[in-house]
Amino acid sequence: MMTRMLRALFTLCIVWPVIWLWLGLRVKHRERLPKSGPAIVVANHNSHMDVFALLSLFPLREQAKVHPVAAADYFLRDKRMAWFALNILNIIPISREGGAANPLAQCEQALRDGKTLILFPEGTRGEPGKLAPLKSGLWHLSQSMPEVPIIPVWLRGTEQVMAKGNRIPLPLFIDVTIGETLRFHPEKKVFMDDLKQQLLMLQQQTTGNHPHE
Amino acid sequence: MMLLEKSLAVIFALLLVASVVNGLLVWLRPAKDWRELTLRIRTWWVIIVLFSLAMLSPNWLALTFFALVSFMALKEFLTLVPSRHSDRMPLLWLFIAIPLNYWLIGIGWYGMFVVFIPVYVFLFLPARMVIAGDTQGFLRTASQLHWSLMTTVFAFSHVAFLLVLPADGQQTGALLVLFLVGLTEFNDIAQYLWGKSLGRIKVTPKVSPNKTLAGLVGGVATTALLAMLLGPLLTPLSWPMALLAGVIIGVTGFCGDVVMSAIKRDIGVKDSGTLLPGHGGILDRLDSLIFTAPVFFHFIRYFCY
Repeated sequence: MMTRMLRALFTLCIVWPVIWLWLGLRVKHRERLPKSGPAIVVANHNSHMDVFALLSLFPLREQAKVHPVAAADYFLRDKRMAWFALNILNIIPISREGGAANPLAQCEQALRDGKTLILFPEGTRGEPGKLAPLKSGLWHLSQSMPEVPIIPVWLRGTEQVMAKGNRIPLPLFIDVTIGETLRFHPEKKVFMDDLKQQLLMLQQQTTGNHPHE
Repeated sequence: MMLLEKSLAVIFALLLVASVVNGLLVWLRPAKDWRELTLRIRTWWVIIVLFSLAMLSPNWLALTFFALVSFMALKEFLTLVPSRHSDRMPLLWLFIAIPLNYWLIGIGWYGMFVVFIPVYVFLFLPARMVIAGDTQGFLRTASQLHWSLMTTVFAFSHVAFLLVLPADGQQTGALLVLFLVGLTEFNDIAQYLWGKSLGRIKVTPKVSPNKTLAGLVGGVATTALLAMLLGPLLTPLSWPMALLAGVIIGVTGFCGDVVMSAIKRDIGVKDSGTLLPGHGGILDRLDSLIFTAPVFFHFIRYFCY
């Protein structure tokens, strides 16, 4: 209850003013975002701003049910960071090393509970404007939950706003293009190639000339 | 009712007429696509309500409003132009110039306002860029930064400086702003309507192929005529001077429009953004005002203040 209130306060007083006033999101095809979970939102990853931009797409009531999936080794590296990541950002930590019985068990449980996951299949903040090789964790997750819709999203401008090591976000607009829902495919390579194609197509739509419809 | 309230009421009446006509068109000719126009008028409502509130509020609040418009416009401009990673700090300094610029207007320090961005910030930015040390594309970046600041902040803020010009009871700064902004927007519409109905000689075939000489002349003439009628009422200008002011607004407004078009073509976009549905970005709406504001400001300041 207490953390829930703190989380709402953090969104209202810090995230929203920064995202909507200081920066500004230009969202294309917002209607493609499902109103409620379970769902998996996948996006390219260049900046810490990415997760805040994606969280801001959801209304405040919905946000308690949205969980970014994040690397345990980075976000749980010290106590204060871990508290913030787990309680305020609402992350589901995931091990990048492997070894555990099923690293995705917590994600599967969340989806079964009707929650929405935010996933960066590149696995890390890659080079700006370039799509790094995609990790196949998403396919494994989708295999056990094949009915859950997967929504690809392309973010542009977050790396200019705040790159690795920057502290003050630079006021620039962020373009968010939401793609059409993807479904599970039993063939791993087909599924991953399809996802990559979708993301690259969204990149084209976002960065290219945007004439009137 | 005061003159300002009356003028604002007239603007709202005009907007109401536009909405009714648009509604009739949608109703009578449903076959044609009116979505763009409907969206445009709806956005006009938002713009004009905000603008009117700013005009009716005390100066500090109105200046804050103009500073926010500058902030949005600068943000839009900088999102459009490609920037290097090393430009981060100089870019942040650009934003710090906005409150300083509007603060100078607020305290009415004209001498400092008029040199602050064109001289001091102009010299400071490249000096700050040298610290970052990236010489690849240095001149290009320095020009882009200065250009964006000069247009969206310095030139545009001349509208705000009209607000703090000394009032003489009848005529206030808000009325000057209304005169300038009203005529600039009227001129945009007049140029468009005249150009649509007649003219074959293209003025700027490579930049804006829709602009015709007849459109330009007709637009300027209509704007000048309206300025002649409104000038003696809203400003300290006599009718011949108001006519001249109208010609100046007409011609510079046209220039602002085509210059911003050229920049958008250079970058390779049609609209500068998506902030104003039906219009495009905020720069698409401010383009002509960026040119009319400083020229009109210095015209009226030289002759009347």
